[in-house]
Amino acid sequence: MSEFLQQLVNGVTWGSVYALIALGYTMVYGILRLINFAHGDIYMLGAFIGLYTSNWLRAGEAPSPAKAIAVLLTSMAACALIGMLIERLAYKPVRRSPRLSALITAIGVSLLLENGGALLFGADPKFFPQLIPSHNIALGMGVTLSNQQLIVLVVSVVLMTLLRLLVLHTRVGKAMQAVSHNHMAASLMGISVDRIITFTFMIGSALAAAAGVLVALQSPKIEPYMGIMPGLKAFVAAVLGGIGNIPGAVVGGLVMGVAEVLVTGYLSPTYRDAIAFVLLIVILLVRPAGIFGKAVTEKV
Amino acid sequence: MKRALGPLVTLVALLVLNAALQRALNPYYFQVLILVGINIILAVSLNLVNGFTGQFSIGHAGFMAAGAYGSAMFTLTVGQRFAGALVSAHLPQAIAQGAALLVALLLGGLLAALFGYLVGLPSLRLRGDYLAIVTLGFGEIIRVLILNVDAIGGARGLPGIPHWANFFWVFLGVAVVVAVSRNLAHSTYGRALFAIRDDEIAAEALGVDTTRYKVTAFVIGAFFAGVAGGLFAHYLSYLNPNSFTFIKSIEVIAMVVLGGMGSISGSMLAAIVLTLLPEVLRPVKDLRMVLYSLMLILLMITRPQGLLGTRELSFGRLFGRRPATEPRA
Amino acid sequence: MKLRSSLGPLAALALLGALAAGCSSGGGHAEIVIGEYGSLTGSDATFGQSTKMGVELALTELGQNQGGKIGGLPVRIVSEDDQGKPEEAANAVQKLLNQDQVVAVIGEVASSRSLAAAPICQQAGVPMVSPSSTNPKVTEVGDDIFRMCFIDPFQGTVMARFARTNLGLKKVAILKDIKSDYSVGLAQYFTDAFTKGGGTIVAEQAYTAGDQEFSAQLTAIKAHHPDAIFIPGYYTEVGLIGRKARELGIDVPLLGGDGWESEQLLAIGGDALNGSYYSNHFAVDNPDPRLQGFLARFKAKFGKEPDAIGGLAYDAANVIFGCMQKLAASDPAAFAGLSSTKAGTPERKAAEAKLRDLIAATSAYPGVTGVITLDSHRNATKPAVVLEIKGGKKVYNTTINP
Repeated sequence: MSEFLQQLVNGVTWGSVYALIALGYTMVYGILRLINFAHGDIYMLGAFIGLYTSNWLRAGEAPSPAKAIAVLLTSMAACALIGMLIERLAYKPVRRSPRLSALITAIGVSLLLENGGALLFGADPKFFPQLIPSHNIALGMGVTLSNQQLIVLVVSVVLMTLLRLLVLHTRVGKAMQAVSHNHMAASLMGISVDRIITFTFMIGSALAAAAGVLVALQSPKIEPYMGIMPGLKAFVAAVLGGIGNIPGAVVGGLVMGVAEVLVTGYLSPTYRDAIAFVLLIVILLVRPAGIFGKAVTEKV
Repeated sequence: MKRALGPLVTLVALLVLNAALQRALNPYYFQVLILVGINIILAVSLNLVNGFTGQFSIGHAGFMAAGAYGSAMFTLTVGQRFAGALVSAHLPQAIAQGAALLVALLLGGLLAALFGYLVGLPSLRLRGDYLAIVTLGFGEIIRVLILNVDAIGGARGLPGIPHWANFFWVFLGVAVVVAVSRNLAHSTYGRALFAIRDDEIAAEALGVDTTRYKVTAFVIGAFFAGVAGGLFAHYLSYLNPNSFTFIKSIEVIAMVVLGGMGSISGSMLAAIVLTLLPEVLRPVKDLRMVLYSLMLILLMITRPQGLLGTRELSFGRLFGRRPATEPRA
Repeated sequence: MKLRSSLGPLAALALLGALAAGCSSGGGHAEIVIGEYGSLTGSDATFGQSTKMGVELALTELGQNQGGKIGGLPVRIVSEDDQGKPEEAANAVQKLLNQDQVVAVIGEVASSRSLAAAPICQQAGVPMVSPSSTNPKVTEVGDDIFRMCFIDPFQGTVMARFARTNLGLKKVAILKDIKSDYSVGLAQYFTDAFTKGGGTIVAEQAYTAGDQEFSAQLTAIKAHHPDAIFIPGYYTEVGLIGRKARELGIDVPLLGGDGWESEQLLAIGGDALNGSYYSNHFAVDNPDPRLQGFLARFKAKFGKEPDAIGGLAYDAANVIFGCMQKLAASDPAAFAGLSSTKAGTPERKAAEAKLRDLIAATSAYPGVTGVITLDSHRNATKPAVVLEIKGGKKVYNTTINP
């Protein structure tokens, strides 16, 4: 029993990371109907920028909560900028093109970030310094949680709550919702669609960056191709929850994390990558709209 | 008699080239040539699905893997003994190995086609982006399955496959896949596929059984991907699941997109260019993938229809003897 | 009609082929070219980098002692990166053999990559000397393949004996890397030896090299309460596994093999690895003057201490140089076949065969990693040392002889 609970705890921690990344996917898809393949690579960039910031601040040698927060915020800000650049340079020109072209562009951007990263940072893995020295917190019944895992959970929840507040209770948030329903109508209402799209990208990228730093905290090995799999799995999580739906992305992320850990622990670790896709196929065949999504009929 | 002339000439030409090139080229160049051939088969077969039918599939590497491992396992268990038996029946070694290879390739292709059917049937209900992701998922699932079956080498790979594929077989595969594609394009099947690509709902409304045609295109595409995989296995002599990740699928997509989705000769041209490019760029190997990705992006922004769009390259038009015909509908 | 669109590109290809055939690789001045391949990039990049440095040091010393020449011909080493992938290892070796036309190949550290490349060298008749691949299948490929180190049946027994006898452990769990022939093989040999010695393997879990997440496997292992965990993997994952294990509250010692050997091991694993043991090819605190001299020279040239792989690569290079020198002295006519100008000729084939025989006859060679004698299977019979990690440092614990 305690093994199962421990696996559950691990699953929820991973799930919250997937949720953070899935949020970015779902927001961009809601607004642009584009699967931003490059999103996973923003997560990777977030981790690397975090690494270089830590080294610059010498946070590894003299860790402190202030430095850790500084690293997180810097990484989020930098990736928000990168997200904006990508949107402006690569996605805006193909906004009117058929969906296939946009998808291929997204794949191209993803490859560019990965291989550019490999060129810039070197393809061999780097190791994130321990920004927060780890100790274990016993939760009883043989389950331990490391303080790093706890921090990941807490920060994720905080960020997700902030996002929800933003989307539901601010003007910008309402504008985002409007644009995701109908570009034309939104612009007729005086909303600058371009600006909102850019803003959405920036928020999504910042969340992915946060996920990158948080993951690097607990699994310190980072390398330029680390974003591929988590990116794909987070996309599946977003689809699971209902693409375009923000609470759905969170739920999807948690389900994905727990499913993965349980399969790895009880079945075989080598099936880990496949479980995400099996889930995807099942959900697309059974309930394509996702858990919280609404079925949309296609008009001719 | 006239109809048999074309294939006969091709066969003879291939045999002659096979003997000549083996002697003339150093093994490194020869290897690149073989890889060009295999990539052409992959690109043209994917063009059937993505280009002709407009279905965006990113799982081609999975079918290639199925064909590769299928044919390799056949050869390692039965094929080698079969070839040996033929040799003891006084057949020359080349013919004996060729026969065994042919059987292995066909079996690999059929296995891939089976996977294509299993993947296609449920997925082809979906559209656009979702189809792309689901096919990617299936490709990955196939790879993970291979990774987990120890009997075919699993994560450590499958060594010791006899080196039977040579120029003749690879380019015979090229000729066949191109011939099939061309014939398909000019047939009523082709008309249906193009209709589906142009407007699926309209096609359905006009009575085209879209699911059946889509699945057929998928299965044929998967078959040839499997054949390409089999040739790959019998050339490299060593299989590793890492050669079949979705990055490989994306490389094939890049060829189809660069050539022009729907153009057979475009796919061939792009396959040649994109296989030679990394070899030429070997000194700056690190830049290869960066250039690749930049090319994809720029292509989509500036010329999404690729080099040839939906038109075909033909010598007649090239030398101005025939007037430019309408791009195929 | 169907011919037209396929004939065009076919013709273009034939033209290309003819053009390429025309340009054959140009000659140059005569020299001896030796190839070296390793994982300069990728997740176990220190393996390839150490190999390259060890070989470079040997070449530099050849330059200092003999003007960089053997038998009057200058020696050049060509290094290729295989990115840590077996397919690339095969490619890299193809290039070395066909484009650079090397007379001998040094590589690789990881058995999977050696296994991908060895058949190619064997078929070409070019000797391949692996510095530290320990999977027995590598030299079984053929009699052109050699190694400078012990093999896993021995290494597995070493750690099993150490666990049973020196540490008195009864129940061990195994966490192996199913992507690596080395790891799977070593796990098997350890299991055989440990159970024969009266111990039990209480759990066996697996991961794939490149994984980041090990909590699922470790949680499953923890439930069986082992006395120790045997992790026959490579240093990158071992470091992470160690940290994760401690985070999950697993305090038992961790055991491993020579895949742990890297300067990065402790950088990654940190304090989590204290109280762990692993088998290796040498210990830096061994007072043997040959070893200490090598350590000093390596440090002077590269600014850091070598690991066992650097030492083995250095020995591999020197063994090849030594055999070439012997050939040049005893049979200069045959030796001339090794020159770069003789590539592809029957003289080269004859020279390769003689070189191969000389390497196979290596006996009591005083290497920095110990005395190297190659047995009839072209493996080296050498003792293994067990290193302990204490206070963030690697400390010598025991030597176990074959």
